[in-house]
Amino acid sequence: MNINLTLIGQSITFAVFVWFCMKFVWPPIMAALNERKQKIADGLAAAERGAHEQELAQKKATETLHEAKQQAQEIINQAQKRASEIVDEAKEGARAEASRIVTAANAEIEQEVNRAREQLRSQVASLAVAGAGRVLKREIDAAANEDLLKDLVAEL
Amino acid sequence: MASEEVLTATGYIKHHLQNWTYGQHPDGHWGFAHSAAEAKSMGFMAIHVDTMLWSIVLGGLFLWLFRRVAVKATADIPTGMQNFVEWIAEFIDTSVRGSFTGRNPLVAPMAMTVFVWIFLMNLMDLLPVDWLPTVAGWFGSNFFGMDPHHVYFRVVPTTDPNATIGMALAVFALMIFYSIKVKGFGGFSAELTLHPFHSHNKAVQAIFIPINFFLEFVSLIAKPISLSLRLFGNMYAGEMIFILIAIMFSAGMTMGVLGSVLQLGWAIFHILIITLQAFIFMTLTIVYMDMAHSEH
Repeated sequence: MNINLTLIGQSITFAVFVWFCMKFVWPPIMAALNERKQKIADGLAAAERGAHEQELAQKKATETLHEAKQQAQEIINQAQKRASEIVDEAKEGARAEASRIVTAANAEIEQEVNRAREQLRSQVASLAVAGAGRVLKREIDAAANEDLLKDLVAEL
Repeated sequence: MASEEVLTATGYIKHHLQNWTYGQHPDGHWGFAHSAAEAKSMGFMAIHVDTMLWSIVLGGLFLWLFRRVAVKATADIPTGMQNFVEWIAEFIDTSVRGSFTGRNPLVAPMAMTVFVWIFLMNLMDLLPVDWLPTVAGWFGSNFFGMDPHHVYFRVVPTTDPNATIGMALAVFALMIFYSIKVKGFGGFSAELTLHPFHSHNKAVQAIFIPINFFLEFVSLIAKPISLSLRLFGNMYAGEMIFILIAIMFSAGMTMGVLGSVLQLGWAIFHILIITLQAFIFMTLTIVYMDMAHSEH
């Protein structure tokens, strides 16, 4: 337990060890630690940014979906409108066609009636003439009575 | 111990507390001391080879291990040894950040050196007290033809006051150096002479200066002394208890068994002291360096 040169030796050893540690041991370890700290911080920041971006993307997707739905609805509405329009148009056309057919039919009927009436009228005239001829028991000159007959026919 | 001479308890203890000394004999020639008296007669011009050997081996082990990790240290996922080294480095870094307010790239590595080195030196205390000295005695007698009970080998450098005082003096020198560097010589002297008593009256102040200097000088000197003697005292006491327990092994079966239990218990408890003392030395080193850097 004597105090001797060991004291100085130990001081020098201490100084050398501290110097070595300061020069070659501590800085690389701290550099690695700091680098990792930076890396982790960057990673966390990136993760946060990613989450934020994802949120934005989700929002955008929702918006787009919503818009698409709206557009689809619009298209459906338009289609429905157009369909009813077409139906209406078709109805209108059918109605017009029907009335046209009816009118044509009516006109034809009238024509037929007129023609029949005309026929009847001429037949009646000839019948009347024949009847009158029989009644008179003689041949009436048809030509002589032409005017008379025409008047009669007109009266019918 | 091999010889009957040291089988007395006193001889055993004395043998264990004697360093392996190399120095200048009173007649002028240099050589190893063969007995405690011879070592004592060498005075200051002697060196404790075992203390130096183990402190350098352990410090070298520390630096080698940590340097190996430091070279390969990456910012990627750390593995094995790097985890351990980083854990210690972060612990030191936190301690330094907590206590040291100045800016000095020396303090953190010094704190790490102090902590790990002292821890390793203290750890030698956990080896059973006779193992390495017996090995050394065997080497001494078989290879160097020495009397084995004249082979002295203390394996715990921190139980040698030279080691602890040496480290404390190095810290103290750094303290003084940085005090003067940061505050200037004037600032440092003012710190020593203008506190704790202070007066605006010049005459009264002149009287206060020597009183202040006395008080401050004592507290300044007390720092390295308490720093070194705290570590030395704790480790020396611990080693002494291990030696006393070891004596029980030669006192019969019952005492031997009791001694084993005691040794185990004391060793487990001693782990706490070993770590705590290393931590205290480191913390005080940081605090003293902080004092040297801070202005009042």
